[in-house]
Parts: sequence; structure tokens; C-alpha cells
Amino acid sequence: MNPQNIWITFPELLVWFPLLAGLVCFIFKDNSKVKSWVLFASIITLCISFVSLYFADDVKYLALNKAAYTLKYMNKGQFILGLDGMGRLLTLLTAFSFPIIFVATYNTPYKNAKSFYGLMLLAQSGLMGVFTAMDAMSFYFFWELALIPVYFLCSRWGGEKRIQATFKFFVYTFAGSLLMLVGIIYVYLQTQGTNGALHSFSLQAFYNVNLKPTDQNWLFWLFFIAFAIKMPIFPFHTWQPDTYEQAPTATTMVLSGIMVKMGLFACIRWLLPIFPLATAKFDTIVIGLAVFGMIYASLIAIKQDDLKRLAAYSSIAHIGLMCAGIFSKTDVGLQGVMIQMFCHGINIIGMWIVIELIERQTGVRKISQLGGVAHKAPVLTILLVVIALANIALPLTNAFVGEFMLFTGLFSFNYWFAAIAGISIILAAVYTLNMVQKVFYGQLNEITASIKEIALHEKIILCVVVVLIFMMGVYPQPMIELTKNTVQLIGARFN
Amino acid sequence: MVWIIPLLPLIGFLINGLGRNFLSKRMSGLIGSGVILFSFLVSLYVFFNVKNGNTHVAQYFNLIDIKAFKIGFDFQIDQLSSLFLLIITGVGFLIHVYSTAYMHEEGEKDFAKYFAYLNLFVFSMLLLVMGANYVILFIGWEGVGLCSYLLIGYWFKNVDFTNAAKKAFIMNRIGDLGFLLAVFWLLNKLGTTNFADVFTSAYLSKLSATDITGITLLLFVGATGKSAQIPLFTWLPDAMAGPTPVSALIHAATMVTAGIYMIARSNVLYNLAPITQQIIMWVGLATALLAATIALKQNDIKKVLAYSTVSQLGFMFLALGTGNYVAAVFHVMTHAFFKALLFLGSGSVIHGMHHEQDITKMGGLKSKMKITYITFFIGCLAIAGIPPLSGFFSKDSILIGAYEHNKIVYAIALFTACLTAFYMFRLLFITFNGKFRGTEKQWNHVHESPSAMTIPLIILAILSAIAGFVNVPALFGGGESLTHFLSPVINQAHETTLSHNTEYMLMGGAVVLIIGVIFFAYTKFKNFEPKEDTSAFGKTLENKWYVDELYNSIIVKPLQAIAAFFNNTVEKKGIDGFVNGVGKAVNYSSRQIRLLQSGQIGTYVLLMVLGILLLFIIQLFF
Repeated sequence: MNPQNIWITFPELLVWFPLLAGLVCFIFKDNSKVKSWVLFASIITLCISFVSLYFADDVKYLALNKAAYTLKYMNKGQFILGLDGMGRLLTLLTAFSFPIIFVATYNTPYKNAKSFYGLMLLAQSGLMGVFTAMDAMSFYFFWELALIPVYFLCSRWGGEKRIQATFKFFVYTFAGSLLMLVGIIYVYLQTQGTNGALHSFSLQAFYNVNLKPTDQNWLFWLFFIAFAIKMPIFPFHTWQPDTYEQAPTATTMVLSGIMVKMGLFACIRWLLPIFPLATAKFDTIVIGLAVFGMIYASLIAIKQDDLKRLAAYSSIAHIGLMCAGIFSKTDVGLQGVMIQMFCHGINIIGMWIVIELIERQTGVRKISQLGGVAHKAPVLTILLVVIALANIALPLTNAFVGEFMLFTGLFSFNYWFAAIAGISIILAAVYTLNMVQKVFYGQLNEITASIKEIALHEKIILCVVVVLIFMMGVYPQPMIELTKNTVQLIGARFN
Repeated sequence: MVWIIPLLPLIGFLINGLGRNFLSKRMSGLIGSGVILFSFLVSLYVFFNVKNGNTHVAQYFNLIDIKAFKIGFDFQIDQLSSLFLLIITGVGFLIHVYSTAYMHEEGEKDFAKYFAYLNLFVFSMLLLVMGANYVILFIGWEGVGLCSYLLIGYWFKNVDFTNAAKKAFIMNRIGDLGFLLAVFWLLNKLGTTNFADVFTSAYLSKLSATDITGITLLLFVGATGKSAQIPLFTWLPDAMAGPTPVSALIHAATMVTAGIYMIARSNVLYNLAPITQQIIMWVGLATALLAATIALKQNDIKKVLAYSTVSQLGFMFLALGTGNYVAAVFHVMTHAFFKALLFLGSGSVIHGMHHEQDITKMGGLKSKMKITYITFFIGCLAIAGIPPLSGFFSKDSILIGAYEHNKIVYAIALFTACLTAFYMFRLLFITFNGKFRGTEKQWNHVHESPSAMTIPLIILAILSAIAGFVNVPALFGGGESLTHFLSPVINQAHETTLSHNTEYMLMGGAVVLIIGVIFFAYTKFKNFEPKEDTSAFGKTLENKWYVDELYNSIIVKPLQAIAAFFNNTVEKKGIDGFVNGVGKAVNYSSRQIRLLQSGQIGTYVLLMVLGILLLFIIQLFF
């Protein structure tokens, strides 16, 4: 394929199309039509993402997957977007999630819907940017771009205590970002530029940079804290339950399904390869925090009465395992993270959809006030049970494959960590089955007596989630093939 | 074509599950039972192929294929798995047929749901025994646990039932963690979980003694969960909340024997781990004894059978621990027949009594339920070990193995066997003999069950009576066919060294003892009148040695307390308190510092001068 004939590349399409589509939302006069527009736009994005999978990882398609903009005034800096295996997987997750979210919340009314949906698409664009950024400059730019729309979404459309929760969320993540910015600039000043430039922000330059071990040690923490807040990892996690609880559910889905993957993704792309020595030095501390956080969050989840907070703490536990898998630095652990990032995204969105459907019908999220939903909504119950089983990583659901590999990686790092982390498997069954029992089984009460079976489009979208759960659980090989080059590249930096 | 065997139940599950709104009860029952029948026929074909020496590993696709290891979706077709295939599909089919009558009161949707779950269970169980590596085995392992959960909580309106379901799942999960850790260990050491490769590596000493002991112990932890051994046995009696055919299929004949299957399958590893074997032997023995003592005092017909199952599983583990794998597998088979028979018989009683399960409110049922009575009686004789019924042969081979190993173990096991006879015949006599203790109205309603229920009972009774002949010991001039059949996959630790005279003595003594116990039970319970047992020991047994209460106070409550501490103190006051505190401190200090901007020039000048002075001082002294 001749590079001259290409006027736009896949990463550009994935980033700029949602941005444009989002901006278009704001000029809509009619709030009711905007729903159809964003759904349409997000499906187009999904199609682009699908097509990009076909043009994967072959040298002859390289020109289609990489774009660079040279910035005249910034010391010949370059703004580089590109797609590799991991990027493809996560852009696919992003592209997949938004249509699912839009369909699932189709009946949820939003004030000033055009701004709401516009901001949602801007967030999607930011996320796509993070996953395709191939230089530190654009990475930081998109990292923040993804945050800002979410900030407005939470503070304007959230629950009662939204201002407080959003403020906490913003300060937390922004503080982390600033630390990272300092780190980026420091590393930039150590790089060797090409084409006459003194320094370079490009990923390649960052990978090639020669950092002293002492420098690596403190730079590691600057980056890690930024990423740890985003994931979040114990003890940087307390923004998360509050934000998940207060944000509108559609935004919570974006946050927990995709945004938390930014932290994991960034660890794999930026932290491990740039600071291999520091990573090897601090791995035990990080894994220790992650594993402790798993048990800690699982235990707290047992005590939650609010469905959203339960899902939030359950998510913290799952993310902890993924983080531990990354820092095990083993091929199998990293491969597990790849699979699990995607699967966790799909599953947690499914979980939020169920919570949203229940809350919309009953107005209640308290587990203790619900009961007997299975009598009135058997289809919803079956679909929820499958999603719940995926949440506890039952074999043949998608989460099993990922967790299996993560635990194998963790076991080869240190078997005691694997054994302790394993307790969370048991605790996950405790809180998940408790929730299923209290909400769906038992007798109906006044609150749940009025509940009805879900609408057709909601059934369909949950079925899509369930089918994905089984497909990826029975045959995960395509995901492995897609990402194995990235895994080998990262793994190679530690040998 | 072996893939047809699990595929058929899966198809049955999908049809019944997706078509639950359209299918009539007749259709769901027909489909549910039909697919299992076909699976059984194919299994028979496979079994005879295997008998002719046609064993193989069927490979389909790679579940996980990465540089470090490959995990294939492979089926192992050999002597052990083909035997289990027959048990699962054969007994499974009978129980499906029985269910069509037993569950007839359910609504159409629930009826289809029930058969869907039952089919899904058979599918998972087949995966479990057909898997050619530990991961496929584990997929089935967790799958049967899920179906058990779904079926125990089948009547989901009742909170007690769903609690029982949850408890079963969680206790199984504790065991599963052990299993998983063993798999991770294998993957890390060998990069494979294929049975053939693992056993070859172990044989070639590629695993250290520590590795093998660790792996076998962890696998055994998994087995204690699934097969209800100490300390993870308390879920099984609670699991009786499910419909009775489910108890027969899952909680007696098949799923709970998965642990025995897994250890028998891994016999190469266990033969290399004498410490683990010792532990298994003692755990099995202790479980057998403990459960048998509890069974003495239970008045719920299903609870007696449940504890009896735990006890019999203990016997099987005892056999495994003494390296007597064939005896364990043999007992799995005979137990599948007679325990399924007993459970289905109890289901027939419950059905006839309109959901009454308390045996103190029964009595004299033999005149109204002849077939149930006779078949139940055969089941009791078989489990007690009266020759020439099946239980005699299988239990005898376990006891002989124990005798060779350790005389004390033998004595305790024999005592437990006597207890078995006692509680089973207590159950029989209280239920079927004496006079009826319920109301007259109830008595008028008591009826024999329909033929869809009695025919499976009769078939199982015949099997319980004759199944022992597949492994008649050399002592009686038998050919030990089962031992020979299984010899390619099971390395029996040692051959019997006892003289025939000793064996005759042991066997004869045991039979005489057991017959004595049965007569004692007859005199004690033939005209049973319920009365309160006030002795402390009796109370302890009635309350199941207070094991549930113990677990509650040493595990559940502390865990809840830690969770509450994390939630209320560490999370809210500690971490969040700190975070919010930082915010407040910033707010507070900014409010204070703001006051400095008073707008009075004098103050500013003063502060400026003070600042300059300070700089001077720093310059001078540091």
C-alpha cells in the first residue's frame, strides 16, 4: 500500500471522528434527536475500529496505523498517533462500550441532553487518544482531555452529593496528573532528539533514554502515583466509590469500564518499559499494595448495602489483580492483563446496566430494600446471574481466562502473594451471591412489587454482553493473538 | 465422536432453557431425558471400544495458547473416564425419568428450567470426567458447583434454601482455591496440565518431593470441598434443600464423587506423596466416623441420607489414602447405585406423604408403598454390606485394604460400618414399620408413586444388588474384572498379601457383626415412639457436633468484624478522613492566610521588613 495515497489513518479516525461528532451534538436544537445521532456516531466508530482490526500488525499496513503531526513552533516536536496490538484492543473496548451504553440508557432522561451526549463523545475521543498516543506530549494531552468532560458530566448530571464527589475526584486525579507532567518533562530533557531537534517526546525516544537508577527510582513514583490514582490502587482509591455512586450511570460505565483501564494501560506502555530498573526494584511493594487492596476492597464490598458502591469495591479488587499481574512482569501475567482489561470492561458495564435498570424502575439501590425481582423479571435475572458469574470468574466466562493467567503470573512471581490474592476469589463469591440472593431471590416487597420485565432493546443489549462473555470465555485466542506482540515487547525489556 | 456425549446434554439445556416459555411439560421432560439417554447409548459404545483397547486423547482446539504454555480443549477417553461416563449418564437418565413424575406439580416454565439445569449439570459433569488436563477438569468442576448452586436454590422464594445454595457454593470455592493453586504450581513447574505429561514428568522425577506433596495436598483441599470432607463438609446436609432427585443425582451419585475421581485420576502423583496419603486416610476416616455418628440422631429422612453420603465418601477417601484406588472407584460405582436408590426411595416417600420429611411423623408405610419399601430395603442391605449385595464387595475391599495398612484404622472403619448399618435400618424401621404416627387424613392420602418413579427404583435396586459382581475378589474365585479393567490407568500401590484364611475371618466377622447390629436396630425401632433425648451426648449429635456454630464463631464472625472494621474505621475515618482532612486543612489555612491581605499599608510594610530581616539572618548564620 502506498503511503502517498493515504489521506487519513485509523488512529486519526478513531480520535477525531468522536470529537467531531461530539461537537456536532452541541449545535442540535432538538434534544430528542441527539440520542439517535450519538448512537449512530458511536456505531460508526465501532465500525472503524472493527475495520482497523483487519489491517493489524502487518508491515505493509504500517502507514495506515501511524500518523504524525509536526509542530512548527515547539522545537520540531511531533504529535504521534499509532495503533499497536494493545491499542487496538483498548480502542475496540472503547468503541464497543459507547453504543452499549447509549442503547442501555436510551430511556434514561437527561436534562439538556445535547450537552450530556456531546460531552460523552468528547470523553470517548479523549480515551481513544490516550490509547493511541505514541508520544508523551499527546499522551498527556489526551489524558487530561478525557478527564475534563467526565468532570462536567459528574458535576452537572450527578446525584445529590455530586459537587463534593466530583471535587474529590478532580483534585485526586489532577494532582496525579501534575506529578506525571513533572516526570514527563524531566525524562524529555534526558532524551536524544532526531532530525536536528534537541529532545523528543516520542515513545521511542522515551524507551531509548538512558536514565540513572537513582533517577528512575523517584521518577517511577511520580508516574506510578498518577496511574495508581486512576486505576485506582489502595490507598489511592477513595475517590472511586463516591464518584461511581454520584455520577450518572452512563458516566459511571465510562469511568469503570474504560477510564480505569487508562491507569493499567499507562503502566504497561509508559511505566514498565521506561523504568525497568525501578520497576524491578519496587515490584514487591506495588504487588503488595495491590494484593492487600484486593482483600481489603473485597471485605468492604461484603459490607456495602448500595449496589453502586458494591460494584465499585468489587471493581477495585479486580483492578488490584490486574495491577499485580502487570508488575509480575511475566508474559503470562501481562497477557492476562490484556485479556482482563477488555473483559472487565464489558462485564462491569453489564453490571452497571442491570443496576441502572433496577434503579430506574424502583428508585432504590439499597440491597436491603429490594428482593424477589426474579418473580417479575426472569429474563433480567438470568442475564444478571450470567454477568454475576463472570464477575466471580467462573470457567467458560471471559473473566476466568484472564484471571487464570493473572494468577499464574502472580504465582510465578511469588506463590504466597498468589495464595493470599486467591482469597479474594472466595470473597467475591460471598458478596456477589449475597447480592444476587437479596435482590433477585426471596419474596417481593412493596418496592419491588411494581417492577416489570425490561424492554426489548435492553434485553438485546444485555444479551450482547452475555454473548460476548461466553464467546471470549470459550475462545479467547483472538485477543491473545492481537496483543501478543505488545506482551513480548514489554517482556523483552526485563530479560 | 466422543464429543457427542457432552454435546447432547448441552443441546438439551439450550432447548429447555431458551424454550421454557413455549415447551409443554411433556416436551421438556422428553427432551431433558432423551438427550441423556442418547448420551448413555454413545457412552456404552465408547465403553466397549475402550474395553477393546481403543483409548485415546481427542484434541479439539486450544483454550489458551501462549508461549509459556498451551491448554487444549481435549478429552481423555480411557478406562477410568469411560466407567464414569456410564455411571453419570446411566444413573442420570434414570433420575431424569424419575423427575418427570416427581416435579409434576411445578408450573411449565419452572419445569423446563429444572430440566435445563439438570442437563447443564450432566454436561458439566461429563466435561469433568472427560477432560484430558486439569483445566478442563476444573471447568467441569466449577460447572457442577454452579449447577448444584442453582438446583439447591431452585425454590428461590425460600430464604433458607437460597442460603443453603450460597453456602454450598462458597464452601466449594474454598476448596477450589486449593485446586487452582495446584494448577498454577503445575504450570509454573512443568508448563503443562495435561494428565499424560504431568504423570510422565512426575514419574521421571521432574518434580521435587516438596512439589509433589504440595500439589497433591492442594488438590486434596479441592477434593474436600467438592466431596464434602472435614473441614468442608457442612454444606452437603444443607444442600438437601434442593428437590430430592437433585440430591440423588448431584449430592449422592455423581458430583460429590468428583474428588474421588480426581485423586484416582492423579494416582501417579499420590503414590509419590506418602505424607498426603496419610492425611487423606485420616481425614477420610474421621469424616466417615463423624458423619455416621451424626446420622444416628437425625429425624429428617434426607438429612440421614446426606450424612450417610458424607460418611460413605469418607470411606472412599480412606481407600484412596491407603493406595487402594480401585476399591474407591468400585465404591463410587456401587454407592452411585444404592445411594441414588435410597434418595429416590426417600423422594417417593416424601411424594407419597405430600412433602413431609420428618420420619417421626411416618411409620408403617410398607403396607401402602410396597415397591418403595422393598427397593428401599434392598438399598439398606446394600449399604450395610450384606453379601452378596454390591455394597458388601466394595466396602469389604476398602476394609481389607485398611487392615493391611493399619489395624487401628481398620477397627475404626469397621465400627463405622456397624454404625452405618444401624442408622440405615433405624431409618428403614421408623419409616416403614410400626404404626403410622401422622394424622388420619394424611394416612388416607399416602399412596404409592407412579410408575415413572417406581421403575427407576426397581432398576436401581437390581443394580444395587448385582453390581458387586463386577469385582469379585479372588477369594471367591472371582476374576477381579474391574481391577484388571482399570489397571492401565491405576497403579495400585500393592497387591493383597493376606492369606485367604485371614480374609475369610475378617469378612465373616464383619458380616456377623453387621447382622447383629441390624437385629438390634430392629428390636429397638420396630415399634418406634418419638421421645425426647435428654442426654448431653444425644443433644450434641442432634446438633451435629455444633460444627456449624463453631465455624460461625471462628470464621464467619471474625471475618465480618474485620470487614466492618475496614469499612467503618480504616476506610471512612482513616483513609478518607485523611484525604478530606487535607482538603479541610487547605481550606482552613487559606481562610486564615486570606486575613493577611488586610489592605493596610502599614501591615504590609511591617511584614516586608520582617521578611528582609529573616533573609539577613539566614545569610549570616547558615
